Amino acid sequence: MDFYDILFWILSVMAVGCALGVVLSRNPIHSVIFLILTFFAISGHYLIMNAQFLAIVNIIVYAGAIMVLFLYILMLMNLNADAEPQKGLLVQIAGILSGGTLFLVLLAATKSAHNEEINKVSTNVGLITNLGKLLFTKYVLPFEISSVLFLTAMIGAIVIGKKEPQLKNGEEHIA
Amino acid sequence: MNEIGLSQVLFVSCALFFIGIYGFLTRRNMITMLMSVELILNSVNINFIAFNKYLFAHKLDGLFFTLFIITIAAAEASVAIAIIINLYRNYHTIDVEEVDTMKF
Repeated sequence: MDFYDILFWILSVMAVGCALGVVLSRNPIHSVIFLILTFFAISGHYLIMNAQFLAIVNIIVYAGAIMVLFLYILMLMNLNADAEPQKGLLVQIAGILSGGTLFLVLLAATKSAHNEEINKVSTNVGLITNLGKLLFTKYVLPFEISSVLFLTAMIGAIVIGKKEPQLKNGEEHIA
Repeated sequence: MNEIGLSQVLFVSCALFFIGIYGFLTRRNMITMLMSVELILNSVNINFIAFNKYLFAHKLDGLFFTLFIITIAAAEASVAIAIIINLYRNYHTIDVEEVDTMKF
């Protein structure tokens, strides 16, 4: 057990425990906080696995942007007044069964697969220099397409989230 | 078992994936369902990075898949939150069982 193994297991326990907290806690605010902790643990995994730039991106984009958006939405909606009702027992059992059996099957499959050895390579393969060189040569087309996707998502979010104009009596709403 | 290998990482991502599936199936709050989807996407990201490290350590393709998944997840979250706001404005709830206008 060297340092990386201990770190790996601590991060794994943290990730899985906080993910359980996301799913099981009744209060949506607590779910968001647990999800942020899960993202920090996952970023730690990225750091162990030589993906330093992605670890930072994960923290900035997920824990910084998306989760703050979620928190704002939850605070706008005032959901804490009535505790959220859970689904029936039947649906919960169905969820546990379907999730659990698939989980067991995949676990058995990965356990019986043969285990690759870690090949020692330079640990700075995931730094921003290497990623940037490849991003602007080989992956330049997906990069540009994702910028168009972002523009579409931005316009779509504004159009969907816009407040509809108040209709006068007897006036038909067009489109 | 001492040395962490590919299968240990896959165990963790597998657990995260099915916690996400369970949350998606059992919660009724639309925001929590969206958070479960984010959990599923992140477990897939862990898989990509683990395979990139253990099998193709000299390439970066797995990292780019993860990068684009994060990009698309951000776009998806913004549009989904716009839909949730619109839903809340029209129905005054984000319980997915209550919104059944198109169901029947």
